[in-house]
Amino acid sequence: MNDLMNHGKENHGPPLVDLGRERPQVPVRARNLSPIVPRASIAGRALIAVVAIMTFLASITTGGVLLVSASAAEWQSEVASELTIQVRPAPGRDLESDVAGVTQALRAQAGIVEARPFSKEESAKLLEPWLGSGLSFDDLPVPRVIVARVQPGTVLDLPALRRRLAQIAPSTSVDDHRAWIERMRSMTNATVLAGLGILALVIIATIISVSFATRGAMAANRPIVEVLHFVGAGDRYIANRFLRHFLRLGLEGGVIGGGAAMLLFGFSESIANWFSGTPVGDQFAALLGTFSLRPIGYLALAGQAVAIAAITGWASRRTLFATLDEVD
Amino acid sequence: MVRFENVGLRYGLGAEILRDLTFQIPAHSFQFLTGPSGAGKTSLLRLLFLSLRPTRGLVTLFGRDVSLLSKDEMADLRKRIGIVLQDFRLLDHMTTYENVALPFRVMGRDEQSYRREVIDLLKWVGLGERMDALPPVLSGGEKQRAAIARAVISRPQLLLADEPTGSVDPTLGRRLLRLFIELNKAGTAVIIATHDITLMDQYDARRLVLHQGRLHIYE
Repeated sequence: MNDLMNHGKENHGPPLVDLGRERPQVPVRARNLSPIVPRASIAGRALIAVVAIMTFLASITTGGVLLVSASAAEWQSEVASELTIQVRPAPGRDLESDVAGVTQALRAQAGIVEARPFSKEESAKLLEPWLGSGLSFDDLPVPRVIVARVQPGTVLDLPALRRRLAQIAPSTSVDDHRAWIERMRSMTNATVLAGLGILALVIIATIISVSFATRGAMAANRPIVEVLHFVGAGDRYIANRFLRHFLRLGLEGGVIGGGAAMLLFGFSESIANWFSGTPVGDQFAALLGTFSLRPIGYLALAGQAVAIAAITGWASRRTLFATLDEVD
Repeated sequence: MVRFENVGLRYGLGAEILRDLTFQIPAHSFQFLTGPSGAGKTSLLRLLFLSLRPTRGLVTLFGRDVSLLSKDEMADLRKRIGIVLQDFRLLDHMTTYENVALPFRVMGRDEQSYRREVIDLLKWVGLGERMDALPPVLSGGEKQRAAIARAVISRPQLLLADEPTGSVDPTLGRRLLRLFIELNKAGTAVIIATHDITLMDQYDARRLVLHQGRLHIYE
């Protein structure tokens, strides 16, 4: 047996030992198949569940904020394109002619596309919820309402309009719903802020969970880390062996959580139908329409799931390097 | 290649277990490191392998002061050192082949470029039939041979072995010693820590004897 060692100065030199004629047939199975850090050694399922739940909560929050913002924007644009003019009965004045005069003036006003006075019966209907039906309104000083639609994008000179209408009927008041819109805007802003707060908490909780999981995985795999140090692996190499697992776990969790939230929004119309007819269902429908998101909303949720997977990777990487610093 | 000057080592606030060590390990040299149990042989090997830092004195390795090395530089230096530890430190989830190929894998080399070499070495140390076995099913001697194969596969410039023939029969012990000698002839400096007088008597080499924390050298 020729068992002399053939030692090359470079690593790629001749083989370390030469077995001559005894050279074995290379077995089919001898291959680098095992990952350096085994996947089973990382508490993967628990972490996937945590990331999935966090992504689901984050998606529901983001979806909710998007729904509220979209509905609020819709109400605002609807309300902002309307003026409500009230003509109150005044002693010595004919209400009907005042209403006709004001309607005329409104129709003549540039920027107003439609002016519709509510008839006496319609006004009575508006008051029905408070006063009940079957009442005679002839003796009551019930004001009359005129709804004017403003051309979208037009800015009306409201004080001038008020002055002009007051000349026709002094008891006229014009409401452009500004106060209501302001309240609506602050409510929307508060909802968005609350949503951002929840998102921040979810992200912090995710980072903490991932850091704990990474520390656990590093502790469980300490012998592997030490052997890798022995064979000359640097921290970056070692960290990358762990990182790929955590990125994958993060992505799996993100896909599950984000996917579940998307399905929920996708089937929301069916869900809303189950509740239609109930007081709660009707309130929600009046407030938010349906729960269905626009396509951009789904894109936002998908982006968020990827972002949470990336945060998982980043948090894991940070913990890995911190732990490796402690090892040496 | 390795220079120690007045090196001392203590763990925590305990007494010094290595005292005033001053010696050199020249390139291409071969030496046995011996001494009674607890004399500090393993600690000295760990100092040489950069997994411990001296509490005093100067250690230079491949011309570099080890106290000034960054972590990345230490990892690079470790690639030039092979180590066989008493507890083998094989990775239980990897086959014998994968364990031995690990240094190449860490270097980022393509498997095709070293596959033949790893298989030949495994055959040489008598593990040709155990390539696909996982370490938990290997005997103590087989684990030791796998650990030795992993330490020498990348042809290190310095080889440190802690009781490398402790778990094998005398015939295989001689065979492994021959592997170390051949490796040394090819340019690797070898330090073998052992209690085994028979092993040391088989090869005329420098002896470093640790006694009560001090080193005595017999050329």
